Amino acid sequence: MSTVTASTLSQGTATTLPPARKPRPVAEFLSTYVFSKDHKVIGLQFLFSTLLWFLIGGLLALAVRWQIAWPWSDVPVLGKLFAQQGGQMSPEFYTMLFTMHASVMIFLVIIPILAGAFGNFLIPLMIGADDMAFPTLNMLSYWFMWPAFLLFGASFFVEGGAASGGWTSYPPLSTNMNSSPGMGMGQTLWLLGLTMVGISSMLGSVNYLTTIILMRAPGMTMFRLPMTIWAMFITAILQAFALPVLTAAGFMQLSDRMLGTGFFSPEGNIVNNALTGSGGGQPLLWQHLFWFYSHPAVYIMILPAMGMVSDILTTFARKPLFGYRPMVYSIAGIAGLGFIVWGHHMFMSGMNPALGVTFMVSTMMIALPSAVKTFNWLGTVWGGRIQFTTSMLFALSFVSMFIIGGLSGIFMAATPVDIFIHDTYFIVAHFHYVLFAGTAMGVWAAIYFWFPKMFGRTMNEFWGKVHFFLTFIFLNGTFFTMHILGAVGFPRRLADAYHYETFHHLQPLNAFMTWCAIGMVATQVIFASNFFWSMFFGPIAGRNPWNSNTLEWTAPSPPGHGNFDFQPVVHRGPYEYSVPGADKDHLMQTDPPNALAAAAAAAAH
Amino acid sequence: MGSRLGGIFWSLIFLAVPVLGVATFAVAPSYNIWLPKNVSEHGPSIDSLFMFILALTGVVFVVTEVLLFWFLWKYDAAKAKGPATYIHGSHTLEVVWTIIPAATLLFLAIYQMNTWADVKMRRPAMSPTVEVVARQFEWRLRYPGRDNMLGTRDDLFLTNDLHLPVDEDILIQLKSMDVLHSFFLPNFRIKQDAVPGMKIPVWFKATETGAFDIVCAELCGWGHYKMKGRVTIESRADFDRWLEETYARQEATQPASEDITASAAD
Repeated sequence: MSTVTASTLSQGTATTLPPARKPRPVAEFLSTYVFSKDHKVIGLQFLFSTLLWFLIGGLLALAVRWQIAWPWSDVPVLGKLFAQQGGQMSPEFYTMLFTMHASVMIFLVIIPILAGAFGNFLIPLMIGADDMAFPTLNMLSYWFMWPAFLLFGASFFVEGGAASGGWTSYPPLSTNMNSSPGMGMGQTLWLLGLTMVGISSMLGSVNYLTTIILMRAPGMTMFRLPMTIWAMFITAILQAFALPVLTAAGFMQLSDRMLGTGFFSPEGNIVNNALTGSGGGQPLLWQHLFWFYSHPAVYIMILPAMGMVSDILTTFARKPLFGYRPMVYSIAGIAGLGFIVWGHHMFMSGMNPALGVTFMVSTMMIALPSAVKTFNWLGTVWGGRIQFTTSMLFALSFVSMFIIGGLSGIFMAATPVDIFIHDTYFIVAHFHYVLFAGTAMGVWAAIYFWFPKMFGRTMNEFWGKVHFFLTFIFLNGTFFTMHILGAVGFPRRLADAYHYETFHHLQPLNAFMTWCAIGMVATQVIFASNFFWSMFFGPIAGRNPWNSNTLEWTAPSPPGHGNFDFQPVVHRGPYEYSVPGADKDHLMQTDPPNALAAAAAAAAH
Repeated sequence: MGSRLGGIFWSLIFLAVPVLGVATFAVAPSYNIWLPKNVSEHGPSIDSLFMFILALTGVVFVVTEVLLFWFLWKYDAAKAKGPATYIHGSHTLEVVWTIIPAATLLFLAIYQMNTWADVKMRRPAMSPTVEVVARQFEWRLRYPGRDNMLGTRDDLFLTNDLHLPVDEDILIQLKSMDVLHSFFLPNFRIKQDAVPGMKIPVWFKATETGAFDIVCAELCGWGHYKMKGRVTIESRADFDRWLEETYARQEATQPASEDITASAAD
């Protein structure tokens, strides 16, 4: 069986165990598969864990959609869980569902799948290193996810249920244990889980930064790095600088809840007949601290996908990346501006409206690097020779969908328009276009693309395309319609909005969206089957099934411990496709310099 | 890799994005799935800004998506002959597609400032028409009464049933008793969070009479969805009469024991 773990096991047996000693299968198994320090195993551990949570998050979303489409009707299958309510969902249960849907998707899926799974797997391979700089820290970054998994998972079963204050956890709702069901133990576990995710991310980002700075192969200058690595690098910087603020804020909220301090509540604040801490604080302080992290986090959740999509587009367009340096600078620009736009989540919060104006201007400006990236992707496709593989289709849909998600952001950035659409389905449409239609589609592109490197086999193309087609149709059916729902002012987070005169006629549209959402989740059965079937029975891929240029494709599939047969030496940038005069249509970064091609490349510059 | 048929099919799928996208927005208003009727003085400037951004982003959306389709159609490996164009970028293009969006975005930023200032910064010099205090899960209202002063003996107290005069400046003093709420009047293009410990002014001018929804737009707990109020806009005369009658009723029901009989007599 040619999986990563199997081949690392065989190598490990060959090199580390003296033949005289009795083999210790349990210890060997644990150190190879479970407490491994190999970046590839850790990456796959992240991948499997996050895909599992992706499923849970998706089912939570379906339950949310059920209530929005057919409020207070009996829930099929899951209805048995609410037998005490006759199979109906209670409003507090609905509140918990959307809170945990967002929390799971953001903290246990998107962030760890990008940085944890793909960052881990790809960084050493793409820069030509044998592993990460700090393998033990790397292992810990995965194992710190487990307390988070357990805390989030356990919170569903405590009294009052899991956290239900929204993933934003605005105080005083979240700091007063009596404010609503779910704000007791559930919220405490949520905060502790968040802290664990933060530790995991911090360990990862320190490791990525060090590895990328210090462990690049000879010849791999910063401006020869693939975009994936640039994106991971800048994402790690964002994590390192933004996370401490969230962690501190989380502890302040814990302290407000458990120790009776009053960072986030004014004096004498009474919620549901219970006093909220000692008072003297300000609810807006939490929002500032939370968004100071969570806005950069939005970019943590998209930049790595942008990087991976850039690499996939060039491979299947057989063409150099259009505007490599502008692409790098625009990622850096997004990251830099990303630190001064957090106030755009707070235009309606009671923050000084004059301050809102400055945040509005910086927010408008952050649309610029995103536009530059989009134009460069279009430039990359232009004049290419496009191969419509499953991976390419997902990458192209990332571009197509990111255009929608990027443009809809301008509506919210315009403060007067935001007065109307703030906290409506317009914003729900916007961030699902960025995070699902963008990042998740980018992740699928990456899975289909690097699956051969991970498992030595390729995924089935036919079923991959069926998976793409259905997901693409259903996601637009679910999320595009949210824009017009938002144009009516349909508010998010309402268990039932149809008793309002303004919104009573919107149920049929919501029912349509829920059917699409059900279709979208059901489609993933195709993906899961393809994934596991191909892991064991897919066609053997070989080292470089896509004729791609970057270093990971010079290593065996899957790579063993130490990744490469010998230290790769880099001679050129990562995107030398269709070089005139070259003897093949791609020049790998390690291919020795070819005089003719080099001359042509120089002339083209 | 792949047949020409595949290339045609997938290109058309990507063409469907702008076609169906525009169609959705074109059809939605005829099903009344669109901006609800506006009845405030400042509303038209917000709505026209929405439409302006919709037109602007709509053009960019259609152009970029159609370009994507066209490139996929034209540069399909199964159709196009010879190798891909070997090009690493274009300095001129980068400059053009940086400066044009930058200028457009900057224009948009400056263009909208006045509307924002009107709605959120240029507070009318007057005493509050009414105080709205949000609470799990209702809107508590307090009118200042004849002396036009809040906090005096003749204040009028109500819940969820807001009445306001048409064609007059209205200043609401917004507070919260417990957690965050958001005072959302969809038909007036008004939204403002209510924050415990803060008094936040909200002002607008209604241009039509009628009854409209008050929605809570900030998660405030399990009953968030039912935190519903109504705002009734009426002529000055009707408003004054309503104030008098409601105040009289409040005075009549002042002793708690007579509550039931008094309201039954009404």
